[in-house]
Amino acid sequence: MKWEKVMGLEVHLQLSTHSKIFSSSATAFGADANTQTNPLDMALPGTLPVLNHAAVSQAVVFGLGVGAEIGKVSRFDRKNYFYPDLPKGYQISQFFEPIVKEGVFEVPLEDGSIFPVRILRAHLEEDAGKSVHDAIPGHTGIDLNRAGTPLLEVVTEPDFRTAEQVVAYLKALHALVTYLGISDGNMSEGSMRCDVNLSLRLEGETEYGTRTELKNINSFRFIERAIHVEAERQQDLLESGQGVVQETRLFDPDNDETRSMRSKEVANDYRYFPDPDLLPIVIDDETIERIRDALPELPAVKRGRYTTELGLSQYDANLLTQDRATAEFFEACCAASNNPKATANWMLGDLSAAVNKEGLAIGGGKVTPEGLGSLISRIDDGTLSSKMAKTVFEGLWAGEPDVDRIIEDRGLKQVSDSGALETIVDELIANNPAQVDQYRAADDGKQKKLIGFFVGQAMKASKGQANPQRLNQLLKQKLG
Amino acid sequence: MTGPFETICSLAKELDAGRISSRELVEDAIARTETLNPDLNAVIAMNKPGALAAADQADKARADGANSPLLGVPLLHKDIFCTRGVRTSCASKMLTDFVPPYDATVVKKLHDAGMVSFGKCNMDEFAMGSSNETSFFGAVKNPWDLNRVPGGSSGGSAAAVAAGLAPLATGTDTGGSIRQPAALCGITGLKPTYGRVSRYGMIAFASSMDQAGPMARTAEDCALVLNAMAGHDPLDSTCADISVPDYSAGLEQSIEGLRVGIPKEFFSSHLNDGVAATVSAAIKELEAAGAVIVDVSLPSTDLGVSTYYVIAPAEASANLSRYDGVRYGYRCDSPSDLQDLYLRSRTEGFGEEVKRRILIGTFTLSAASYDQYFMKAQQVRRLIAEEYQSVLKDVDVIVGPSAPNTAFVLNDGSKSITDMYMEDLFTIGANLAGLPAISVPAGLVDGLPVGMQLIGSRFGEAQLLNIAHQFQIRTDWHSLTPDLEDLTG
Repeated sequence: MKWEKVMGLEVHLQLSTHSKIFSSSATAFGADANTQTNPLDMALPGTLPVLNHAAVSQAVVFGLGVGAEIGKVSRFDRKNYFYPDLPKGYQISQFFEPIVKEGVFEVPLEDGSIFPVRILRAHLEEDAGKSVHDAIPGHTGIDLNRAGTPLLEVVTEPDFRTAEQVVAYLKALHALVTYLGISDGNMSEGSMRCDVNLSLRLEGETEYGTRTELKNINSFRFIERAIHVEAERQQDLLESGQGVVQETRLFDPDNDETRSMRSKEVANDYRYFPDPDLLPIVIDDETIERIRDALPELPAVKRGRYTTELGLSQYDANLLTQDRATAEFFEACCAASNNPKATANWMLGDLSAAVNKEGLAIGGGKVTPEGLGSLISRIDDGTLSSKMAKTVFEGLWAGEPDVDRIIEDRGLKQVSDSGALETIVDELIANNPAQVDQYRAADDGKQKKLIGFFVGQAMKASKGQANPQRLNQLLKQKLG
Repeated sequence: MTGPFETICSLAKELDAGRISSRELVEDAIARTETLNPDLNAVIAMNKPGALAAADQADKARADGANSPLLGVPLLHKDIFCTRGVRTSCASKMLTDFVPPYDATVVKKLHDAGMVSFGKCNMDEFAMGSSNETSFFGAVKNPWDLNRVPGGSSGGSAAAVAAGLAPLATGTDTGGSIRQPAALCGITGLKPTYGRVSRYGMIAFASSMDQAGPMARTAEDCALVLNAMAGHDPLDSTCADISVPDYSAGLEQSIEGLRVGIPKEFFSSHLNDGVAATVSAAIKELEAAGAVIVDVSLPSTDLGVSTYYVIAPAEASANLSRYDGVRYGYRCDSPSDLQDLYLRSRTEGFGEEVKRRILIGTFTLSAASYDQYFMKAQQVRRLIAEEYQSVLKDVDVIVGPSAPNTAFVLNDGSKSITDMYMEDLFTIGANLAGLPAISVPAGLVDGLPVGMQLIGSRFGEAQLLNIAHQFQIRTDWHSLTPDLEDLTG
């Protein structure tokens, strides 16, 4: 029997507004407990939510970014449940009429192909606070800094069959939201949280099996692992004739297993109903067009441009568009180098290696796009040999900003000037008549070996700065 | 010299002429409250030092040339309005220790207009009740007969004004909670259009219907106060951004030719005969003033109560979820776990009627009954609103009784819960439709006040106040006061 995984995703994106979705409290990460709260965040009696329109604009930006339909009239609803980190006893969310409706999001896969994911909806909601279990001995504390932070929950159709597709989708989603500037997508800080709905069915089957929901997995690596162990667990259950119980499970990376969180058999009835404190969000066509016009170039468009206009491989284009910062680095670097292919090679080669070693993002080191660009142009104009270029790169990496200055300071300039090289070659021929005769008498194959002597001597004479190509040319001409 | 039953308008003249100071007025009000309140139980919090300081400030401002009709006039706030630094309980055990760090917008606006708040009025717990018997602080007595209820939920406010403790008290009205107690206590109470007055800082019962308004002796006073209360508030998204007219400006206009619609459903078998006769006589007064009386029909009137008692508890069940014993408010002793904390804090902290409505609301919103109850009620609500709007195309104002009965006796065991809910029969429509409505004293039956209700078009408060004022020029029911001499000694 061959089992097929069927997965749908719910991703919570924290939108990058300065204040909360219904209050003026700040949303910064990492502040002292309860310092970013006001009476509304604490749900004091009589307080009322006032919508932060920046969150609405960002939701529309997202909708347009995934090519989805925008809800012209969307509403907020109350989702009722009791939990200590939920101060009002209900979460304001969008249940009946979400702001973003169906769309299709194109996800680039490792092999360069495109995997279309159907977006079912995306809706605005407020985050809850969090329980703090270790701050006060014997007690559970509540930190409401996060309560009311704007979230966009993005729900897909059950279109995923492999963990690789899931990870590719999340990476593409991460790239998209950082491009759009609507979320920092930081998984470790909880700005991007992923729930995976997973069920198994026999290959060829059209019905869905019973699913479990894997909650809040906070790294790409863990998602892949969590899917793997949960699929194995379900497979064992199904093959031994036991059923899968529909429930929420938590991935425990330390023990490499998933654990039941709560059973949906005693599922909460959330008693959704329209929130009477908030007016419907009405978005007219004009607003949608205004937001559309202001959108940055999206990853998919960039990928297309990089392959067709700049001649990059699909693989390189995918890598360079993975996040906005990388693409912006690349484009700034190209502007200075005028050589997209070499720029791609340097960025994905030496620069990637260097930043990866330090655990940095591509622009995280001291190398500026302008610096790397001018390095490349100095190779192209013959100033630098590829060996010299490595030395210059080390200078850039160390924080020296000016490529020409590095070349100057270290005396790295290649001698390509014909006059200077000719003098060297002429002297060499005059001082080594025996070798010249030997060369001239030899056949083609032998000449190739013998020319090495002249090249070595000339390099020595130029203190290693002779342009090897020009030198070769000149020697062949004068000896031949 | 002024007596306890002076209107704001006459007090303003006295203050302006320098014949009395705000300090004296406020001291008198506090003294009278201290004397009468042990019997009335209308006031459940006093802020004497704060009030006297504010009165002195008002006197100083007046001496410095400030002049506004409300400057230095004392008032009481219903204890549903958050008052910074002054305990705000909503008459619930749940909030007996709650001191808000902010003022409700209504409180702030009236303070900014120079009014001096000296205390907080009793009410039905979380505004849930029509008799003021659900208060954690005990029932309020009707100044006209201490064995009877003042109505509710703004019963403390109505009793306070009726007993002359203050010329003004604020109230809130979700299903009749300003108009019914105003009627039962013989005062004037206005429920503005939904969205006319900010709900910020007003403790929520049913958010889609809650609306604050003035409770005073006359329509003229209500107009003065509404001028200060109304207007857009960025802190309440449902508060309309519509300019506030001068509600006092048009009071003297004639109502000749005004079309007054009398819905036949308001004079049904539910209506007490004495009340019916009194209201009919009052309508004759309007006719005598030149109004044209038109028979109209609001066929869905009977559905109002059941519609309201689905929607209001549903919203309340969510609004009251925040009282969980975690951050503030009542918390049970030594909870064994989280579930126990929730269960006992809420069981012990809420009164019976509040718990009943939370349960009703939780039920009607549950997945299994949402379509059958909540959705259906929303549909009927729209139907009722359309009926009102359609009638108001034909007539300027709808007139009828404010309540089916006069004040009933306290702890009347024969009155069932549904009988109690029927108290709101005539007032609920205006809440479901979001319309402004006013109750004015229209006469006495067996020595107990009767209220006439006028319901207007959205944002038509000016016209309602104009009609009510014209009625009060021609009648003196609003000038009658209960005999409290036994109490004042």
